[in-house]
Amino acid sequence: MLALASRDLRISFRQPGEVLTPAMFFVLVTTLFPLGLSPQPELLRTIAPGVVWVAALLAVLVGQESLFKSDYEDGSLEQLVLSPMPLPLVAITRVTSHWLATGLPVVVLAPLMGLLMDYPTQAMGCLVLSLLLGTFTLSLLGAVGAALTVGLRQGSMLMPILVLPLAVPVLIFGAHAVAQAANGEDPSGVLYLLAAFLVLGITLAPFAIAAAVRVSLES
Amino acid sequence: MTLEARSLGLWRVERCLCRDLSFRLGSGEILQFAGPNGSGKTSLMRAVAGVGRLDEGELFWEGNPATRSDGYRTDLLYLGHQTGLKSHLSATENYLFYQSIAGYSSEIGAKEALGRCGVTEPADRPVATLSMGQRRRAALARLLGVKAKLWLLDEPLTSLDTEGVGLVSQLLKSHVKGGGMAILATHQLLPGIEAQRLELGGKA
Repeated sequence: MLALASRDLRISFRQPGEVLTPAMFFVLVTTLFPLGLSPQPELLRTIAPGVVWVAALLAVLVGQESLFKSDYEDGSLEQLVLSPMPLPLVAITRVTSHWLATGLPVVVLAPLMGLLMDYPTQAMGCLVLSLLLGTFTLSLLGAVGAALTVGLRQGSMLMPILVLPLAVPVLIFGAHAVAQAANGEDPSGVLYLLAAFLVLGITLAPFAIAAAVRVSLES
Repeated sequence: MTLEARSLGLWRVERCLCRDLSFRLGSGEILQFAGPNGSGKTSLMRAVAGVGRLDEGELFWEGNPATRSDGYRTDLLYLGHQTGLKSHLSATENYLFYQSIAGYSSEIGAKEALGRCGVTEPADRPVATLSMGQRRRAALARLLGVKAKLWLLDEPLTSLDTEGVGLVSQLLKSHVKGGGMAILATHQLLPGIEAQRLELGGKA
């Protein structure tokens, strides 16, 4: 498991361009909003939670699409399936190391984007926490979609369609928590719910990913 | 130690690749899947390895159904059409990775194994910069790094030069001498290797 995680991280570091695509995407989408709408602080403050969360969601899903692609193409996915490690464990390791390289930069950049949208600084902790919980859940969901579509040639279009309905609750509650914190309310209830989503994802998604990988390889 | 296949059958979209295929492989034996392109050698190999779909029949490893035995996965080493090497890592890193996730790894270090397979100078360069033949050799080094009883080699001779073909024969010979067994999928003949032949397909 450690060997797999270190292999994945090493590969990520050797292709920084590819890995930072989701973070770049996140920054670009968020910065375009103040430019496209009018840069009034009140307006930006109102839409900040939604904009930051939608951008983060799309960024994570964009990054997730490539999760199993190269492994599938060079044959190492078959080797991982055949390795004595249980496949769900391989899946969660793979998702975690991929999230560290693609999802975490998004979370780290989020406060900066929050400032840009005139999001109140004292609520920034909630923004980061909600994204920390949410992006990993989205990574797990995206991984299920990526595993299902990896064998298809036109899979890149299908994946978001499959995953988006499942991602919507995460988006709703994530953005809601961020909005609550901005209004000075206590967002802990919603954050607990996000944490529950994450726990559910960590428990179930690895099995779904493993089954999906098997199906994709069989055809 | 035996691998037994009972009436295997493979179907691909209403087309029968093979059916009622049975074989038995014991210690020190080599089986070769032969047949023209498109006859289902790779599909059969993937099914035997347990990654591809097997539509009919069953496989037995040491008398137990292979699909349900974890032992089967640790005992086999499958080298497919794609080498399984990550192109951003060096041959050495790839070798060490596969050694570390294998069920039983051998004592042979990366340098020695790769050297024996003829990958010396480029061993520390990213695999993406190697030629196809060198990649194949780097993949073959895994055979030395992992102690697997059953080798499943799909087209092991692809893009190898004559010396490389000799290397594969030599690896196979020493593997079989040590009591191992192997299945090859190739239409070529390997010099000096005695193998049962299983002719596939042709007419579907």
